[in-house]
Amino acid sequence: MNIDWLRAPPGGRASPQEILLPVKTRYIALTLISALVLDLCALPGMLQQIRPDFIALTLIYWVVYHPRRVGFLPAWSLGLLMDVADGSLFGQHALAYAVLMYLAILLHRRIVMFGMRQQIAHVLAILISSQLIMLGVRLMAGADFPGALYFVPSLLGAALWPLLFNVIRVPLRPRSDPDAV
Amino acid sequence: MEYSPPPFFKRGPSLFTRFTFFSILSVVLLVADARLNYLTLLRQSVAAVVYPLQRLSSMPGALVARVGDFFTTQSQLQRDNEQLRRQELLHTGALQMGKSLESENQHLRQLLGLRERLPRAFTAAEILYSNRDPFTRRVVVDKGFQHGVKAGQAVVDETGVVGQVTRVFPWVSEVTLVTDKEQAVPVQSVRSGLRGITFGVGYDGTLNLPFMPVNADIQNGDLLVTSGIDGTYPPGLPVAVVSNIERNAAYPFARITCTPSAGVTSFSQVLIVSAADPLPANPVTDEESGARGRKAKK
Repeated sequence: MNIDWLRAPPGGRASPQEILLPVKTRYIALTLISALVLDLCALPGMLQQIRPDFIALTLIYWVVYHPRRVGFLPAWSLGLLMDVADGSLFGQHALAYAVLMYLAILLHRRIVMFGMRQQIAHVLAILISSQLIMLGVRLMAGADFPGALYFVPSLLGAALWPLLFNVIRVPLRPRSDPDAV
Repeated sequence: MEYSPPPFFKRGPSLFTRFTFFSILSVVLLVADARLNYLTLLRQSVAAVVYPLQRLSSMPGALVARVGDFFTTQSQLQRDNEQLRRQELLHTGALQMGKSLESENQHLRQLLGLRERLPRAFTAAEILYSNRDPFTRRVVVDKGFQHGVKAGQAVVDETGVVGQVTRVFPWVSEVTLVTDKEQAVPVQSVRSGLRGITFGVGYDGTLNLPFMPVNADIQNGDLLVTSGIDGTYPPGLPVAVVSNIERNAAYPFARITCTPSAGVTSFSQVLIVSAADPLPANPVTDEESGARGRKAKK
């Protein structure tokens, strides 16, 4: 059995399996609201179209590392908020987030065991499938395919995964070294 | 860390059950929204929750813009001022001419026994941001039904028609641009008087003038203005300029591409035109000069 995760991360470097403080529900809510704010803020022109979906990323993080703390209901409600904010079809983001939650919970045991590069690949797959769901819904509703740029948010989102991973963990790192003794 | 929860504790419904439940719920909402248009009230109440968050999140960007405004150089201000003065002078001239034309028009209409055109009110609004939804071309403006905006009103800027209000929320409203795939505008060619309907193309910011016969009297560079027969758009506002015509005898219709006149992609101020008067009993003829005078009146 692999017991590497019992050791402290070498040189304080973030590794997917370091030991962290217990997570408060308040902190999870705070991160999700910050992600919502990042998703809602107005950006000029083209940036608006390629902005990664921070809510999806944050949801993936919490579901992968604490699968019992964030349920379907908050994810689905955030999806509805995004639908109204985006002016898209009502339920489009909600459905995409439900699919994202399903995939993330299904894969979470595998993802936590992987290193950063493999994690990025998994996150990319999850983000792309949730975008494909939205694309399918809109094509069925009569829209045209908006072009290859449509998938850029997923690529950027997956590229931002290590950053998000480290930022979320900053307040969760123990202040003193547990191995100091 | 919850890697291996004890299997003998009850954990609620299984993952697949929860997923199915929420997916079906979403699909029901999707159908109710896309096919039946039932959810206006629900959307508006959620929007009331989202709006403060949206304003909050846009605040840093607005602050940066304001600081940038503060450091505008004096030479630029002087230049702008001079330009605006010149423009105002020109507009005053046009306005006076327009007023005399309007009174003349009114007089002629009375003589002909035609119904008078009612003046329309304009509401100035600012484009807050363009919609994130990549499938549609919409912008959000800072006036909602608290300011008397109604769905279906036309939106214009200083160079032409921008689009139409499609959704109204308490403090903001959503404008579908003329370049959106589902947006149609009844137009008329200024040169030949030919009537048609433009549709947005959707992906490349141009307009399409379909169902025009191959031998229709349309040339490159023709200005298309609103014909006003729909009762939504005031007549005579520039919509687009014909930019490309493909006439192929193999097809019954010509392929006509137009470039929109209004700055539909640039962020700026727009005017929301108040709701149209109900369609008249007898048809009103279109006169570009009268409409231009009305536009200049504002």
